[in-house]
Amino acid sequence: MSAAGHALGILGLTKRYGSFTAVDDVSLDVGQGEFLTLLGPSGSGKTTILMAVAGFVAPTAGSILLDGREITPLPPEKRNFGMVFQGYALFPHMSVAENVAFPLRVRGLSRADREAKVRAALDLVQLGAFAERLPKQLSGGQQQRVALARALVFEPNLLLLDEPLSALDKKLRAELQEELKALHRRVGRTFVNVTHDQEEALSLSDRIAILNHGRLIQAGAPGELYERPRTRFVADFLGKSNFIEGAVATADAAGFVLAAGTARIAVRAPAAPEGTRRLLSLRPEKIALLAGEEAADNVVEGRILAWSYLGSGFALRVETASLGELRATLPAWQAAFAPAEGLPVRLGWSAEAAVPVEEDAP
Amino acid sequence: MTAAGRPGIGWWLLILPALVLLLVFYVAPILQVLAISVTEPEPGLGNYERIFTSESVQRVILTTLRICLITTVLALLLGYAIAYAITLATPRARGWWILAVLVPLWISVLVRAFAWVTLLRRQGLVNNTLINAGMISEPLPLVWNEFGIVVGMVHYMVPFAVLPMLASMREIDPRLLAAARGLGASRGQVFRQVFLPLSMPGVIAAAVLVFIFSLGFYITPAILGGGKTLMVAEWISLQILDLIRWGLGTMMATMLIVAILVTLAVFSRLVDLRRIFGSGA
Repeated sequence: MSAAGHALGILGLTKRYGSFTAVDDVSLDVGQGEFLTLLGPSGSGKTTILMAVAGFVAPTAGSILLDGREITPLPPEKRNFGMVFQGYALFPHMSVAENVAFPLRVRGLSRADREAKVRAALDLVQLGAFAERLPKQLSGGQQQRVALARALVFEPNLLLLDEPLSALDKKLRAELQEELKALHRRVGRTFVNVTHDQEEALSLSDRIAILNHGRLIQAGAPGELYERPRTRFVADFLGKSNFIEGAVATADAAGFVLAAGTARIAVRAPAAPEGTRRLLSLRPEKIALLAGEEAADNVVEGRILAWSYLGSGFALRVETASLGELRATLPAWQAAFAPAEGLPVRLGWSAEAAVPVEEDAP
Repeated sequence: MTAAGRPGIGWWLLILPALVLLLVFYVAPILQVLAISVTEPEPGLGNYERIFTSESVQRVILTTLRICLITTVLALLLGYAIAYAITLATPRARGWWILAVLVPLWISVLVRAFAWVTLLRRQGLVNNTLINAGMISEPLPLVWNEFGIVVGMVHYMVPFAVLPMLASMREIDPRLLAAARGLGASRGQVFRQVFLPLSMPGVIAAAVLVFIFSLGFYITPAILGGGKTLMVAEWISLQILDLIRWGLGTMMATMLIVAILVTLAVFSRLVDLRRIFGSGA
């Protein structure tokens, strides 16, 4: 299969159902060969966007562009997009090989051409030995791979994936995530994936677009979104976060000091006018347990309210005098640490750890 | 079924009274009547020989088969279109469609047959309209012939064709149709390569139901055939009630039952009959 990625443009896409707005003015560019994930809770409009790109949903406003060319009015069968549906939608009356051959047959390819391409596509997903089986004779993971082979066999301009791994159990999901990622590298096509699973989004994607209530909240590389969430929703949905609210007490070129409760938090960030309200997002794993007189940019003291063992570490809920409750996760290897309820602890984090975020528009 | 799930002897004892009742009051009398076909007018297979020797017996069998096949094909075509429309309709419209399909079932077959007579006879609504419109000069022979019988039977059978096909179509996952279009199939290709094959169990079920039902049709052919075109059921009644030829009548009744059983046997090889008639999972 030749590497031929195409660029997708979504421009001011809006979809209303009566008075309900499913997608609200979303604009997004997907680069050639990029793996983009639309991530959001249910009802965030991510599937509607995918269906509009596929041509199953007619947008109320806005347009879909492929390599800069308008394709909004084209019906799904004219777009040449491969799609893996939720639940796979394999044709139950056709064998695996016939399923994979379907897009070739409707394009009028000769039997010989079909057979060669079907074999190549099944080999790509390591299912060559299952060509004559019926879909119901395969496991969930195998069905998923047939759906992938069927969506890729006709060398589509774009591969669209609608919650491709949601029907699988956790272990298989992790395995197929890796396979999907490897497949993306091998075929070099543009993939657009929809999921509500933030771990899947983080591990698979080149770029993630986070949606809520039909609006695009933030788009960027996984690390960028995780490290510098723009709003409270992004910080909360992608991973876990503590939120600290306060007023800017002093500010200089390096950052500012936030007065939150009785605490003074040093933040390295673009300066903000004194007196303005600011919200900080602080990831639990960026909080360290300080021993003895160890110092940090920010130090608070408190007592452990509750704790749980995660295998790889500990998750603590700490009641602090100055900031209320904070969540912290500590790697288990860090120290010989025996947590107990009521145990006094000192927590510390650097000035870069907490990042200012915006409150979301209602 | 596992050994633990197999009904024990106790269960059989529970249904035994019903079984005995059926045997004594239903199966035994039928067999007794059918036995007449090998005892009257004299013991032997004389009556059955008539299938090969009597032209009138052959004619009635061929007429019946021809009318039943035409009826089945037409009822399936009409029924498929209706079932397809219902499947694609909005839930609200679907309710009205199904009501429209079911209402004729609640009207007496006698009333419907006479309604067709008034529509199709020489001075009927259809002929009068066509003559007044100047499209024909002589009334068309629309009733008291095979055409009339087929019209009446198709009308009666369409609901029986719609219901199993509708059930089968509604089991088709709409995502399969969307997937087919997403993979590049035109609407026509989606229908031919995905929808039609997936609805085939319903089509076969409807075909069996309509064909078997048609074989024994009595009232509709009797009224709309006007006594000139005879189907098996009317012929049997003629032999037994008017001509008092019990042997010949019961021979044909036996043939009718055999034909139905053979049809069922053939189709049970093709599809799971338990699904068609609604029992089983």
